[in-house]
Amino acid sequence: MWDYTDKVKEHFLNPKNVGELEGANAVGETGSLSCGDALKLFLKVNENERIIDASFMTFGCASAVASSSALTEIIKGMTLDEAAKVTNDDIADFLGGLPKEKMHCSVMGQAALKKAIADYRGIQILEKPGEMVCECFDVTDLEIIEAVKTNGLETVEDVTNYLKAGGGCGKCLDRIEEIVVETRNETAEKINN
Amino acid sequence: MDVIYTDNNATTKVADEVIREMLPYFGELYGNPSSMYAFGDEVGRKIRKARQKVADLINADPDEIVFTSCGTESDNAAINAAITAFPEKKHLITSEVEHPAIRNLFKYLADKKGYEVTFVPVDKKGRLDMDILYSSMSENTAVISLMWANNETGVIFPIEEVAKKAGEKGILFHTDAVQATGKVAIDVKKAGVDMLSLSGHKIHAPKGVAALYVKKGIKFPAFLIGGHQESGRRGGTENTVSIIGLGKACELAKEHLPLMNTEVRALRDYLETQLLEKIPGTSVNGDRESRLPNTLSIGFDAVEGESILMLLDQKGICASSGSACTSGSLDPSHVLMAMEVPFKSAHGTIRFSLSHYNTKEEMDTIVGTLVPAIERLRMMSPFWKDGKMV
Repeated sequence: MWDYTDKVKEHFLNPKNVGELEGANAVGETGSLSCGDALKLFLKVNENERIIDASFMTFGCASAVASSSALTEIIKGMTLDEAAKVTNDDIADFLGGLPKEKMHCSVMGQAALKKAIADYRGIQILEKPGEMVCECFDVTDLEIIEAVKTNGLETVEDVTNYLKAGGGCGKCLDRIEEIVVETRNETAEKINN
Repeated sequence: MDVIYTDNNATTKVADEVIREMLPYFGELYGNPSSMYAFGDEVGRKIRKARQKVADLINADPDEIVFTSCGTESDNAAINAAITAFPEKKHLITSEVEHPAIRNLFKYLADKKGYEVTFVPVDKKGRLDMDILYSSMSENTAVISLMWANNETGVIFPIEEVAKKAGEKGILFHTDAVQATGKVAIDVKKAGVDMLSLSGHKIHAPKGVAALYVKKGIKFPAFLIGGHQESGRRGGTENTVSIIGLGKACELAKEHLPLMNTEVRALRDYLETQLLEKIPGTSVNGDRESRLPNTLSIGFDAVEGESILMLLDQKGICASSGSACTSGSLDPSHVLMAMEVPFKSAHGTIRFSLSHYNTKEEMDTIVGTLVPAIERLRMMSPFWKDGKMV
């Protein structure tokens, strides 16, 4: 059984701000059914760009529900500029921590918030550079290459633990393995030369 | 709060009769069964009786039983014996839905030892693709290992048929019967298997004891080299008390087999019918015609398994999930994925596995808890609206 804090359990059993928000003028969605986690975040933002209400709908595990509930509590009353600075660590900290395997739930909250803010402002979120490899957790090949180089990652499992890439539907595991092998080979060649 | 335990494919309650049988051997009867005096031999005789009872459950001879520490050890010992016996054969066959004790071993043999492995796929009901299975058998195949019944769905494989075909082609056949033992009748002679694994803690014996059946005449090199225990095949002082418990558990399992196929099956069917009737967007995973009598794998659309389990746990109900988030990793259940169970219900799959200790009142409590729990989770799910998937 996961070692959840009392606050995670409380926010799962009695989540705050659940359901579609009437009059919402910003929506951010992330995750998918195939990946086992999805979050739809609703914001009501006033003319001063202050979040006067927030709600969520979540498909996922207890920590996904708790992270979504925590996120709405954290951002209510903030301006969009303040909310834009909220990180996944803030969500995890609010809950007294999450198991390392569940940190992606808080990452999902941060991603949905970013999309909702962009939605309100009518800004199109720029695509990340590189080729999208893991659609479940929004990870590109360049990010994987960087992580392998910087942290000396050796296996697909290392990449999943580090970036969560490959931890959802698993369709990208072969591609991740290719990237790991190619990157390590390139690094070895440089050292040998 | 009373516990309602419906996770018997994970582990079982140690039966009171088993505990009573074991207790003296924790205390006054502590002799070493290998000792050359009566105080030790009294324990040795008890182990011989236990061996006989294990053999009786599966219609084997006592000297065909090797005691081990767990199902994984039995599985590993069987496969390693097979590949040692036929070093020139470099092909292995198993299925895509095996327990990790076999699946990961075969992956290891493929990745690190150069074996070619055929992982036979299953259809949407979890049934083996017999065409691929039979066409992959060759003179180069050292061993076929197939589970008797699947731990997640309960789907039963046609072991007798495959063992016969393997025998005709001179291929060793092993079956992981850890989930099937005590739930369906097992007759190793009739089935024609060469090796069979069973485990104590799935049949109301303690954890840490299991057995491997090895048909007479099968080459089986020692895998723990030491003393003469287990006819020299597994050296080391016996896990005496647990082996005695396993013997009693096998005796009880044989007695309870008719109960499993009447009362427990009826309870499982009652739970299944109630859940299908009362919760829309619900589907049963696996072949309902050929399935263990105690197992129900049931998927609820648009909700996630761990969340369901947490709400069940609030009422003391123990079950398990095919969901990724309940395991130590993020990987989805390989069994449900191999069966191509749609994601909409795979993530919301719960496994209930019953025993003869369960009651109809408990099934009613489970239904009474699950109906509002699923409703509540669907209210917050972005994929469920107005009584259906969106």
